[in-house]
Amino acid sequence: MMTLYVHRQSWLHRQPAGLKLLVLMATSIALYALTSLWTAGAALIAVILAYRSLGSAGWSYLWVVKPLLPMFILIFVVQTWSQSVSAAVLMLLRMLTLIWLANLVTLTTRMDAMMDAVMPLLAPLRRVGVAPHRIAFTVALFVRFVPVLMAVLNSLLEAWKSRGGGRAVWRLAIPMLINAIRMSDHVAQALAARGGVRSPETPVSMVQPQ
Amino acid sequence: MKDQALVQMALYAALVAALGLIPPVPFVTGIPITAQTLGVMLAGVMLGPWRGFLSMLLFAGVVALGAPLLSGGRGGLGVFASPTAGFIIGFPVAALVAGYVARLLQRQSILIAAGVGAFVGGILVLYVFGILGFKLVTGSEWLRSVQVMAVYVPGDTIKVVLTALVAQAVYKGLPGAVATRQA
Repeated sequence: MMTLYVHRQSWLHRQPAGLKLLVLMATSIALYALTSLWTAGAALIAVILAYRSLGSAGWSYLWVVKPLLPMFILIFVVQTWSQSVSAAVLMLLRMLTLIWLANLVTLTTRMDAMMDAVMPLLAPLRRVGVAPHRIAFTVALFVRFVPVLMAVLNSLLEAWKSRGGGRAVWRLAIPMLINAIRMSDHVAQALAARGGVRSPETPVSMVQPQ
Repeated sequence: MKDQALVQMALYAALVAALGLIPPVPFVTGIPITAQTLGVMLAGVMLGPWRGFLSMLLFAGVVALGAPLLSGGRGGLGVFASPTAGFIIGFPVAALVAGYVARLLQRQSILIAAGVGAFVGGILVLYVFGILGFKLVTGSEWLRSVQVMAVYVPGDTIKVVLTALVAQAVYKGLPGAVATRQA
């Protein structure tokens, strides 16, 4: 299963997903009230220390920000230039704290737990005719399609290379998309043949053929 | 909404994820560009505004739940606190506008309809979100935010052309697959 979740037994894992999301939201607001470098620095250190509860390799997960480093440098330079060094440091401290804290929630919360926490928020959609189990079905199908499409792309890339390759690799987007659309048509037909997306409350025998 | 629409929305969301697998190419400006926004533009043009919107909402939502589906294997809630958060939040609206514009222009050739739709949705609208997000996260000035984000424009222009070419080719092969061409 593709997810950033890390399976461990830590006190953070034991907290309910909804609580973690609420704390994250509250922190994101509170961080902007911090104007002193000391308190912002303390918040950052607290978050870094919390990664330690993921075990001895916990701090290695801090590398999640690696792809953002060039951007951080750019922002730092621009901010120093247009305001001051302390303003630039404060902004970086806040940004790192929030990114790492949000990532910590992701690392310690199972995807299905996260989804269960969010589902009640989607319940009002039932009034406009969107049943939660249809959303859950679409999410599951999406998660299943990702590795399938990646395999399609890989096989097209390999065929392209074996035919000599070349620079116009973008052309593969066309067979890729046509393949994908054909596949989704087959899935939709198979779904219709089995009576469509069922609500968990409806027993199989109650499904009317369409 | 029909079951088939749910399958299509899942498909285009997965397409954006699969396009993230193509390694980012460092473009002339030195800033790597990814193929993912190509998928966003295609979702709007191929699915139409409403389904395109929901499909990209699905993508952004599952990324928020912790799936590492953004290019470079990024994902989770941290993404929404990063300087490029505005782009991901803007994906659904970009697809919506791309689909709407492409549908408005359905009397034109598909090349023009898809190209203009992808440009308005995938560049104009997406950059409003991207710049706004960058400004909110970093607290930079407007002008600075625009300057920093402008480095991505050349790469995205190429993707607009690609969207038009791909939509045209798919329309030839599978005319029924382009929702913005049937009123």
